[in-house]
Amino acid sequence: MSGKTPTTPEAIRAVTEARLTLGPRGGALATRESLAFALDHARARAAVLAELDLPALTATLDRLGLPHRVATSAAGDREGFIRRPDLGRRLPETEAAALAGAGPCDVALVLGDGLSATAVALNGAAFVAALAGRLEAAGLTVSPVILARQARVALGDGIARALGAGTVVMALGERPGLSAADSLGAYITHAPAAATPDSARNCISNIRAGGTPVPEAAEQAARLILAMRASGLSGVALSRALAAGALAGPTEPHGPR
Amino acid sequence: MGYHADIEGTRHGFPSLKALLAKASPERTGDALAGLAADGPLERIAAQRALADVALTDFLDDVLEVEGDAVTALIHAQHDAAAFAPVRSMTVGAFRDWLLDPATTGAQLSALAPGLTPEMVAAVSKIMRAQDLIAVAAKVEVVTRFRSTIGLRGRLSTRNQPNHPTDDSRGIALSALDGLLMGAGDAVIGVNPATDSLPDYIRICAVLDAIRSQLEVPTQSCCLGHVTTALAAMEAGAPVDLVFQSVAGSEKANAGFGVTLGILDEAADAVASLGRAPKGANLMYFETGQGAALSADAHHGMDQQTMEARAYAVARRYRPLLVNTVVGFIGPEYLADGKQITRAGLEDHFCGKLLGLPMGVDVCYTNHSWADQEDMDILLTALAAAGVNFVITVPGADDIMLNYQSLSFHDAGFIRRTLGRPPAPEFADWMARHGIGEPGVELPSLADALGRLRLPAA
Repeated sequence: MSGKTPTTPEAIRAVTEARLTLGPRGGALATRESLAFALDHARARAAVLAELDLPALTATLDRLGLPHRVATSAAGDREGFIRRPDLGRRLPETEAAALAGAGPCDVALVLGDGLSATAVALNGAAFVAALAGRLEAAGLTVSPVILARQARVALGDGIARALGAGTVVMALGERPGLSAADSLGAYITHAPAAATPDSARNCISNIRAGGTPVPEAAEQAARLILAMRASGLSGVALSRALAAGALAGPTEPHGPR
Repeated sequence: MGYHADIEGTRHGFPSLKALLAKASPERTGDALAGLAADGPLERIAAQRALADVALTDFLDDVLEVEGDAVTALIHAQHDAAAFAPVRSMTVGAFRDWLLDPATTGAQLSALAPGLTPEMVAAVSKIMRAQDLIAVAAKVEVVTRFRSTIGLRGRLSTRNQPNHPTDDSRGIALSALDGLLMGAGDAVIGVNPATDSLPDYIRICAVLDAIRSQLEVPTQSCCLGHVTTALAAMEAGAPVDLVFQSVAGSEKANAGFGVTLGILDEAADAVASLGRAPKGANLMYFETGQGAALSADAHHGMDQQTMEARAYAVARRYRPLLVNTVVGFIGPEYLADGKQITRAGLEDHFCGKLLGLPMGVDVCYTNHSWADQEDMDILLTALAAAGVNFVITVPGADDIMLNYQSLSFHDAGFIRRTLGRPPAPEFADWMARHGIGEPGVELPSLADALGRLRLPAA
């Protein structure tokens, strides 16, 4: 036996969040459970279809003392963005030209809507603020926070190139599940190119209150960025080198240096 | 060789059979993403009219037009000219009429299967409406066996899919027991592991085997890890009933899944040599899905539905117990909404059945698609009418590991009651012995059922 047998509904829920039949076994799903499911789905759909709340985000960033810019991918609107991932990865030339004056810098910080603007609204500003503080303490320059609309992960590559940044952090809303619609994912890429493979990125996922807390995620991201800039590696190659102990562990951003 | 059709004085030309198939495909986002779709409804109908006049023998050439592709070679090697003879002289349009002719029987269709190629069945599906896809598939009976007999006419089996985000043994067991107490799992109790580690794979096999053997359930179990992990687990003596693998329609797409026909051959031999099944049993399980090849940039300019049908050539090489398309899992950039998912599910089931496969469907969607549980109700009902061998079921339709929605155990109950579709006969007997699904019989609670199991140590 792998542990004590759970005997109460609460103990069972501690083992699994699956929607098990804990009451009577009848025919159809009970009204209460049916509507609870519909609510969870509605929450996920609302997160997918939501646009970035730019007034609220810019007000928060102003309060935190972080400069910001807005960029929009080649996907014009939400529906086009969801149907055409290729357009959501592309930065139009006019947008790139508008960003050029905001660089150069060591690290580009991008907050994108991705598949859940809800996640960005809840944790996006706090995450970039925590990360910017750690990077600046380590002596790196960071870009204004680029608020990216209709953004897929690879949009960050074009943004970084437009800014003249050596490393890019794209933090964006992950695809909502039924149980959580507010997960933020942070994708970090060193020396982004026109066709960076996903295997060259490192990711910190499930950044949210019930998952990886913001300070911990920012700490992990800062360590990865310093390790990337020290080694020139990112993605699978960086993970392998770290696992093999081939690199001296990432420098503590707040450590003596 | 080019194809064309004239509509109201305008000539629509198509440079190749591959291009014609793509332009004739009913609308879906994946083909638009690939830049292969018709420019609009008129070009699509022009392509469908041109396709209806194409001779079936044209499809015996290399339609994919990729030098040395192993799946193309397999399709050519599989083709049985004698079985093909009854339809050899037909065009695609005449073939559709013949399939729908009430005089054409299921026995004739079963005998024809080795004579058909994936591209032929994909082509005819493109000029068939939903009711046509249902009517023809319903004629075909594909029966497979291990401890249960799956695919008998008038029955519907279910995969019980007790996934858990950390592969926790008790979490898996609770979901599996919930399904069994609802009568789900006669096709297989199958877990998608959260990791692809060998110790996890072996433990999951042991957990599922404990449940099956201690409760004496006439079914099979499967851990849906990678085929190479299955090979290592069998080497280590794990209780492997079925070997699973995702497959696709080109050599390059299969390489993206990390498989070759050689590896699959090796796994099929290994699982047969374990001797866990009666002689002649079917021992392999495959999953497929439209868009898989495109997402691996391995579609070679072919539309996603024809590529999907080519995956069935790979599957049928191994006389599998189960094959299912995971139809809506891939997301809205390939199948945008409930309409596209429904159409794709019916196409995949039809094409699989015509090629002789024991076809099931994971009736499912993700949260970024324009689809909901009501679309799944309609697709389930249509597939039951079409005689689908099995569907996937999870607790409350919510897969908490893969983060998508499939069908619930309750949904299977709905279709059993409404359309009268009992599970496999061996499993139906087991349910009757335990009073499962009988009114007035009090079943143990999940906690009690879990408490009586002896699960292997973590």
